[in-house]
Amino acid sequence: MVKVLIPSGALGLGYSRDALARGIEAGPDIIAIDGGSTDSGPHYLGTGTSKYSRNSTKAEWRELMAARAKAGVPLVIGTAGTCGADDAVDWLAQITREIAAETDERLKLAILKSGQNPEAMAAAFEAGRITALPAAPEVTAETFRACTNIVALAGAEQINAALDTGADIIIAGRTTDTAIIAALPLARGCHPGGAWHGAKIGECGALATTNPNSGTILIAFDDTGFTMTPMADDARATPRTVSAHMLYENSDPFILYEPGGHLDVTGASYIALDDRRVRVEGSVWVPSDRYTVKLEGARRAGFQTVSLVLVREPRYVANIQSWCADIGARCTAKARQRVEGAFSIELRVIGRDATLGALEPGDGSGPEVGVLGIVTAETEALSLEVAKILNPYLLHHPLTEDEEMPTFAFPFSPPEMPRGAVHEFCLNHVLELDDPMDAFRLEVEEIGT
Amino acid sequence: MTRLADMAPKIRSKNAGPFWLTIDIFCETAEVFTRISDGLQTAEMARAFATQTGQIKRFDIAALNVIKISLPRPAVQGTREDRDMHGASFAEIVGELRI
Repeated sequence: MVKVLIPSGALGLGYSRDALARGIEAGPDIIAIDGGSTDSGPHYLGTGTSKYSRNSTKAEWRELMAARAKAGVPLVIGTAGTCGADDAVDWLAQITREIAAETDERLKLAILKSGQNPEAMAAAFEAGRITALPAAPEVTAETFRACTNIVALAGAEQINAALDTGADIIIAGRTTDTAIIAALPLARGCHPGGAWHGAKIGECGALATTNPNSGTILIAFDDTGFTMTPMADDARATPRTVSAHMLYENSDPFILYEPGGHLDVTGASYIALDDRRVRVEGSVWVPSDRYTVKLEGARRAGFQTVSLVLVREPRYVANIQSWCADIGARCTAKARQRVEGAFSIELRVIGRDATLGALEPGDGSGPEVGVLGIVTAETEALSLEVAKILNPYLLHHPLTEDEEMPTFAFPFSPPEMPRGAVHEFCLNHVLELDDPMDAFRLEVEEIGT
Repeated sequence: MTRLADMAPKIRSKNAGPFWLTIDIFCETAEVFTRISDGLQTAEMARAFATQTGQIKRFDIAALNVIKISLPRPAVQGTREDRDMHGASFAEIVGELRI
């Protein structure tokens, strides 16, 4: 049996300290936590930075390192620093070194890097080793070269290579959400379908229980399946909370693709062992012929400056779409005469259809609207310049020509808010590997005093 | 004609990676599940999302009283055209469908 303790769904999300303490008492074989996902958008991969504050990350990581010391087992984090790019891994590694020095611990740290060289990926694409997944964007070799970061998602094999170093702490770059949990049970010969299925159920911590905020759960893997136990007193796992988690952020609730194969839970059974523990068996791991890892890439998509104006005058609120269309056309024409370079201006009406756009089913009537002006341009200077050309329109543009100049509400001075470079995801592909470690690099160091 | 939002206790939309959107209609009871499962046309859903029926993956899961719909995101997450980074609001479109 292999017991995996999962403190929470991600480092930075918080957990119940009591639940974590109970988890340590349960004698886990490993502590595994996720460090990120693509869910907060392309900025983090595009820039190789973390979404969470450095101070919050350090505070939680310090507690997990202390829990690890108490349990005397490895602590592994996947997708470190939100995006798992090499810079984000280095960021968390540096935090780890600081904590080890501050707490006077001597530790063996293994670092698994998932970053890919854009030029090498362009060559792999031209060699036919990169293939598109469903709904992938069109790409050429140039797409890979344009990426500021490309990462490959490590699976269980690469995490096990890191565990094999005997490290106390493993900081991994981009991994699948499940790999850090499934790795040790697979290495110790547990049921492979159970290992991957339990990892999927556990990847968000207590989200698959009746009290998602409690964070900590323990999953025990064995020869035929797994048992999930929430560590908080007020959290219960039921067949429903566990089976329903296969729906979460997953386009197919029965099939999950991983490096080297896929998990099929169509025949899984979910049995309540008591009122808070669930036993799962019957999931199947189907190995694939080719060993592939998924790629994620982000590239720069211009620079953005946004402005926000509030409109409360009823006649303008009623005619806000034509007001915006008129401003968009006039401002674009004027800016084209005054600046060089590519740009776009978009005006979104908050309170009308800013969220769903053309798909909005309602009529969105209310007493006020906000108009969000979004200028995207090829340089930062141009983006701000065009936003400044937009400003007088947002401030004073009349609905008709024969009326007094109106004035609208700006919440800020200056009204232009530069957002810097914006990025976009541009890969939804898999890379074929001869050996699982081919696209990954493992570094080991001693840290602390 | 009843709005789905008035029948199902919870409708959730989430990203399934940057390129896919997934929407879960939690029906809670077998009665509501059967009613929505029988009455909800995939073509109607496709129309609401301005896409083709063939783009929609649909799973009617009686064991959970859940209907799950997945489709390529209307705009890829985080692009200039995207309006909802976490895909959280697309559930409202489904909630407004009537059967």
